[in-house]
Amino acid sequence: MKAKRLTGNIIYHACILGLGYLMIYPVLWMIFGSLKTNQEILQNTYQLLPTQWLWENYSTGWSGFGGTTFATFFKNSIVISTIATIGTVLSCTLIAYALARINFKGRKVWFNIMIMTMLLPGQVIMIPQYLIYRRLGWVGTILPLTLIKFFGQPFFIYMMMQFVKGLPRDLDEAAAIDGCSKYSTFSRIILPLLGPSIITTIVIQFYWVWDDFMGPLLYLNRPTSYTVSYAIKLFADATSTTAYGPMFAMSTLSLIPVFTIFLIFNRYLMDGVTAGSIKG
Amino acid sequence: MAKTMNKSAETSGRSSFSKFMNNDNTVGYIFAAPFIIGFLAFTLIPMCISFYYSFTNYKITKAPTWAGLNNYITLLGDEHFWNSIKVTFEYVLFGVPSKLIAALLIAMLLTHAKRMQGFYRAVYYIPSLIGGSVAVALVWKQMFSSTGPIVSMIQALGAEDFNFFGSTQYAFIPLVIGNAWQFGSSMLIFAAGLKQIPKDYYESAMIDGAGAVKRFFSITLPCLSPIILFNLIMQLISGFMTFTSAFIITEGGPNEATNYISLYIYNNAFSYHKMGYACALSWVMLVIITVVTLVVFKTSNKWVFYESEQ
Repeated sequence: MKAKRLTGNIIYHACILGLGYLMIYPVLWMIFGSLKTNQEILQNTYQLLPTQWLWENYSTGWSGFGGTTFATFFKNSIVISTIATIGTVLSCTLIAYALARINFKGRKVWFNIMIMTMLLPGQVIMIPQYLIYRRLGWVGTILPLTLIKFFGQPFFIYMMMQFVKGLPRDLDEAAAIDGCSKYSTFSRIILPLLGPSIITTIVIQFYWVWDDFMGPLLYLNRPTSYTVSYAIKLFADATSTTAYGPMFAMSTLSLIPVFTIFLIFNRYLMDGVTAGSIKG
Repeated sequence: MAKTMNKSAETSGRSSFSKFMNNDNTVGYIFAAPFIIGFLAFTLIPMCISFYYSFTNYKITKAPTWAGLNNYITLLGDEHFWNSIKVTFEYVLFGVPSKLIAALLIAMLLTHAKRMQGFYRAVYYIPSLIGGSVAVALVWKQMFSSTGPIVSMIQALGAEDFNFFGSTQYAFIPLVIGNAWQFGSSMLIFAAGLKQIPKDYYESAMIDGAGAVKRFFSITLPCLSPIILFNLIMQLISGFMTFTSAFIITEGGPNEATNYISLYIYNNAFSYHKMGYACALSWVMLVIITVVTLVVFKTSNKWVFYESEQ
């Protein structure tokens, strides 16, 4: 019986690991591809490991195109992702507090509008948004990618609202008895307790903005302002027939910041992703 | 005398100001202000403008001219548009169920892991984490290309002329697989839902002699149905909007076989500079998505069970 359970266990874990290997195979294929020659990528397709580890791919790729190196692209991506993430956290905590805790006139209406905005396909407003930003002179700047994040994003507002609702109301009441205004209740009591959902927001928003392709495609028009994700696409277009290795090398590098943040905050993320949907 | 009056007026002024500032309505609107301003400026106004432009001829360089219903009439006779609707539905029809089924199966599989569950979940979540990136799209393009490992394998099995991206029939398959591959976040949501199903439901079913399949259909699925609905709606919307992978991997080809509606809108607006027509297309897409979502919601009371009703 015990032996049977043990073999069952081994088979079970072997299956999960096997499937897991299949799941991350494309990632491994990219990482090892970044160290191969073109010829090897195209001809020995079944072989995962490179016969010769070609580290030059990284320096070739790093030099970028049109005189702009990937150092610039990475700098741009970091600046944009950081500002956008800060904006999201600042605005969403405030909005979530209002919608979850304050009984103001019209709260229901704004909550419903927020949910509808969350379900609204972005493409519907993409064109007029572009035209508005163009009129404002924002096209070619990072403003369309960063400034609007300071006005909240429904997905994160909703997630934080669920979290705020989970905090005991006694906290607010005790604070009110002690003479705390709503403002200091927010800054001294609610905000510090929002930690886990703030971390979730940081992780998810950072990689959403980092990976975003359409935003940079529409709004960035000088190579010196390109983000990594957009630059890789252009890099691939410019060199698609000649240099797979360097392209995969830069692709690999582009995923490192996302991976790092994921590994650091993995535990919080797992809880955060699910919080909004379950408690709602 | 005058002095004291002044003073009392001052304090009462201050206190009524602070009363005003601490009134729930004021506090609410101050805290919600970023959303309200953002909604008006970056969602509502653009929507109104887009609605207006959908009735105009608008090349970005010239001022829009009124065209009445012309854009909508053109649209009805536009075979590229009908094709894009058809292929988008095809993508959603294959893509969304395969993603949700994979998510549910793996979530169920992982609940049995007593050890390493966190590690496994992280591994299966990785594709969701990076799947939307350009880097992965480029890898996909290469992996499913005629020289890539997957096509080589299929060719070695006998189908010698097989290839994905050259065929109008099969070009969408890599995109569907790529989408299903990113089942991680749906999986996490399912996993959290599975955890909430009371254990004694299963135990009493087992006493009644219900097999694993029976237990799945009469306990797991009904208990998860609210979460299935949530995941279904989210995936439907993102499925209808799919853009980056088609833009990078297939560029809408071959012969428009993957020219999804969002791609067609983008090209009309920014490649052909038909802003008015693109706005009309956006509105039609919004109506379609809304109708589909409403149909799902309306039918959901037939298959979604809420705890309180049981």
